[in-house]
Amino acid sequence: MKLRQIAHSRTGDKGDTSNISVIAFDPKDYRLLVERVTAERVAAHFVAIATGPVARYEMPNVSALNFVIEGALSGGVTRALTLDAHGKSLSSLMLDLEI
Amino acid sequence: MKIVTNMGAANPTAAAEATREIARNLGLKGLKIAAVTGDDVLAYLLEHDLALDNGKTIAALGNSVISANAYIGVAPIVDALRAGADVVITGRAADPAIFLAPLIVEFGWAMDDWTRLGRGALIGHLLECAGQITGGYFADPGAKDISGLARLGFPIGEVREDGEVVVTKVAGSGGAVTARTVKEQLLYEIHDPKAQPDVIADFSEVRVEEIGPDRVRVIGGKGGPKAGLLKTSVGYVDSYVGEGQMSYAGPNAVARGRLALDIVRERLALTGVRTTETRFDLIGIDSLHGPARTRDGDPYEVRLRVVGRTDSLAEAQRIGEEVETLYTNGPAAGGGAWKVARQMVAVASALIPEAAARTAVTIEETSHP
Repeated sequence: MKLRQIAHSRTGDKGDTSNISVIAFDPKDYRLLVERVTAERVAAHFVAIATGPVARYEMPNVSALNFVIEGALSGGVTRALTLDAHGKSLSSLMLDLEI
Repeated sequence: MKIVTNMGAANPTAAAEATREIARNLGLKGLKIAAVTGDDVLAYLLEHDLALDNGKTIAALGNSVISANAYIGVAPIVDALRAGADVVITGRAADPAIFLAPLIVEFGWAMDDWTRLGRGALIGHLLECAGQITGGYFADPGAKDISGLARLGFPIGEVREDGEVVVTKVAGSGGAVTARTVKEQLLYEIHDPKAQPDVIADFSEVRVEEIGPDRVRVIGGKGGPKAGLLKTSVGYVDSYVGEGQMSYAGPNAVARGRLALDIVRERLALTGVRTTETRFDLIGIDSLHGPARTRDGDPYEVRLRVVGRTDSLAEAQRIGEEVETLYTNGPAAGGGAWKVARQMVAVASALIPEAAARTAVTIEETSHP
C-alpha cells in the first residue's frame, strides 16, 4: 500500500531544510503511521534528495507526523539550481512511500 | 474596516504615499495611513560582523551584500493602530505579527500574556498564506477534491478574547475549510512543534474541530517568552546562472533528449565554459526527484534542461547558447528552445538584538475638503 492511500501531506521550506507533514485521513490510522513511517524509512526514501539527518515529531492531537529533513534543498531555496528550488513537490515523493 | 499589510516590501514610505494617492483618487477623506519603517538594518549588520546561517560572515561576503531586513514584531504595528491608523503598511515583518497586532489592540492583551500571544501567533500562522487554509494547495483529484478553486475564498478568523479561533471563509466563495485543510496549514513550515524557530508559539497540543460547513475551531495553542532576537534576511549577490531548455517528442524522445544532454555536456567542456555547479535534467523523467523515481514506459515528450552556476553573466550566457545550438547541430526534431542568464541574489539569515531594528511609525491623513 502507498502512503497516499491513508495520509495527506504538505511541504514547507526554511533555508536548506524541508519540513513535510504526514497527516492520517482517518485518526484510527495514526498508530500505523507512527509504526511504519519512521525517520529511518523516510531518510532511505529521500536518499537521492537529502544529505542531512531526518527528525520526526509526533502530533497525536492532529493525527500527524512532521518530518524535518536537513540538506534537502540543494544548498537552499534562494540559490539552488533545481527546477523546484523550494522542494514544494517533495510531499508527493513522501506519499509515494510503500508502507 | 482596517488594513494591516506587509506590502511595503523594501520601501514602506513610498507604499504609503502610493496608498494615499489611491485614497485621493477614490475620494476618501480623512483616511489615516501609517508607514512602519526600521526593518532595514543594513547599517547595523555592516558595523557588526555577524555569523550567517550559511556558515559565512557578513565580512566574508564583502561588498556583495545588498540588503538586510529584520522581521520586525508587533510593537510598531500596535502603536500605529492605537494612534488611529486605518491602513498600516510595513516592510519586512514576522508573518504572524500583522495578525497578532490587531488582536492585542482589540482585546488589550498584555505583552507578557504568553498563552494569548502564542494563540495569536498561531492564528497568524494559519491565516498568513492566502488560500492555503481554504482549500488552496490541497486538491488531488479523486483523493482530495476541492470545488471552485478559480474563485477561492480567502480565510477569515473569528477570534475570541481568550485566543480561540474559528477559521472560515466568505459564504458562496470557492474552496473549503475542513479539519484536513486546517491541519495541512497548521504543519506548514514548522519544525519542532513545541519550539518554533521564528515565533514564541507552541503548536504541540493544538486540536481542530469541524463545527459546521466551512467552519473549523482551533484550540490548544500555547506560548512562551520570546528570545529578544530578530531573524534578519541578508540579500547578497551569490553568483550568475545560465539555463537552456529544449523539447523532444514522439518515438524515442527520451533517447534523443539524453543524446542532447550528452552533447551539451561535452560542448561546455570543449569550449571551456567555467561553471562551479551544473545540472543536466530531463523534465518528465528525472528533474524533480532524481532518476530513481522514473516509472516504466516512455513518455510521449520530454524537455531538456541544462543549468549552470558561473562567476559572470557573460559566462552564464554561454550555457543557454550551447542549448540553442541543438537546433541545427543536435539530435533530430528538437523544438521550443529557450534560454536565460541572470544574476542570482541569494538570502542568508542572521539573528540580531531586537533593539537593533529602530522601528518608527509615520502617519499621514488624506486631506479633508
